[in-house]
Amino acid sequence: MTYLKRSPWIIHYDASSCNGCDIEVLACLTPMYDVERFGIVNTGNPKHADIFVVTGSINEQNREVVKNIYEQMPDPKVVVAVGICAASGGVFRECYNVTGGIDKIIPVDVYVPGCAARPESIIDGIVKSLSILEEKRTKMNTPAAKKDALGGGIQ
Amino acid sequence: MMSPVYGLIYILLAPIAGGLVAGIDRKITARMQGRVGPPLLQPFYDVGKLFEKENLVVTRSQDLYALCYLVFMLVAGALFFAGGDLLLVIFAFTLSHIFLVLGAYASSSPYSFIGAERELIQIIAYEPMIILSAVGMYMVTASFFVSDIVVSSIPIVLYLPGVFIGFLMVLTIKLRKSPFDLSTSHHAHQEIVKGVTTEFTGPNLGKIEIAHWYEYVFLLGFIFLFFAFSIPIALLAIAVAYLLEILIDNTFSRVKWQFTLRSAWIIAGMLGLINLAVLYYLSGGLQA
Repeated sequence: MTYLKRSPWIIHYDASSCNGCDIEVLACLTPMYDVERFGIVNTGNPKHADIFVVTGSINEQNREVVKNIYEQMPDPKVVVAVGICAASGGVFRECYNVTGGIDKIIPVDVYVPGCAARPESIIDGIVKSLSILEEKRTKMNTPAAKKDALGGGIQ
Repeated sequence: MMSPVYGLIYILLAPIAGGLVAGIDRKITARMQGRVGPPLLQPFYDVGKLFEKENLVVTRSQDLYALCYLVFMLVAGALFFAGGDLLLVIFAFTLSHIFLVLGAYASSSPYSFIGAERELIQIIAYEPMIILSAVGMYMVTASFFVSDIVVSSIPIVLYLPGVFIGFLMVLTIKLRKSPFDLSTSHHAHQEIVKGVTTEFTGPNLGKIEIAHWYEYVFLLGFIFLFFAFSIPIALLAIAVAYLLEILIDNTFSRVKWQFTLRSAWIIAGMLGLINLAVLYYLSGGLQA
């Protein structure tokens, strides 16, 4: 039995999204969908979060911010890219200032398609990410990984 | 008579009771907002998860401060339930919060700083009222020892109605309920991120959560003292007081720190001090 799957806390960051996906992310918190049923809490603090939910694509302005938030999150952590812009850049991919999807900067575990992504598919994406989260936790607890983490700490 | 057995029972069972109280709280809050809400055992899942996470700290001293917060909360509660001196209990209780503030200051993060400063203001706001409650109980039962107060057959609440209402007011501050959830709140992301607990991660945050559970049980035990003459009435009073806190939490928006400090002191002064003055006058001075 693991507690990680029963208590996923998320941090939601809007990386140059048009707010379409963000409205849908917030809709998940309303009485209609109520994700707190699954123990999901929108923490707003990277240091308390397990799941990084990003909407919108990477551009020159938010490149460092996305990286910074990801690095502040304690392990194990997963990234869920919500919406087509977060997945690949969407209609903005050819723009002069757009680098592309979130995976250009940080490793993404789950892609939620849609423009805008529907609340049902966002919840589905987050629930899918829970098993990846669990996988990462077991990997984190192997002796080799522990040694690695120690080495990483010294550098 | 002090009885360490009750203190030991508190140390063992308070986290279970406190976690359940937190779970019921979240469930009722969700129902009040028209939601289904998390499972009853959600607070236990949360803390279990926090201990599975990596412990990321800005400075190692945060570990010590989080641990001290938990340990002194435990000492305060155990002394209380063992029947110890109420003044010593309040001293240990305050000290534990000072460790939380120090832990927040140690991380030198702006959000942590704001949270720490607000936590200090909250301590300043509720401390007079808690001390007045202890003094009031001394005036009625002629003892500061919880073991004496709890066996007294005097209906303390009838002698100290003002003090009791004042205590309920600071209970809202102590339980970190809206409108006084200044230092850390689930609803103030844009303002203070997570305030005093911003820089605590994983196991450290877990320790702080467990300390909150101990705190819940201690504070509800304090309500018990006002009604110690009859156990059923006392349990009913605790349930009603807690439901009232949940209702207040869901109906009021967060206020500024100035209002918190002013209203807490005015109520402590008006209801608490006048109550004690009347009691002093009617009883013709202290009986002891």
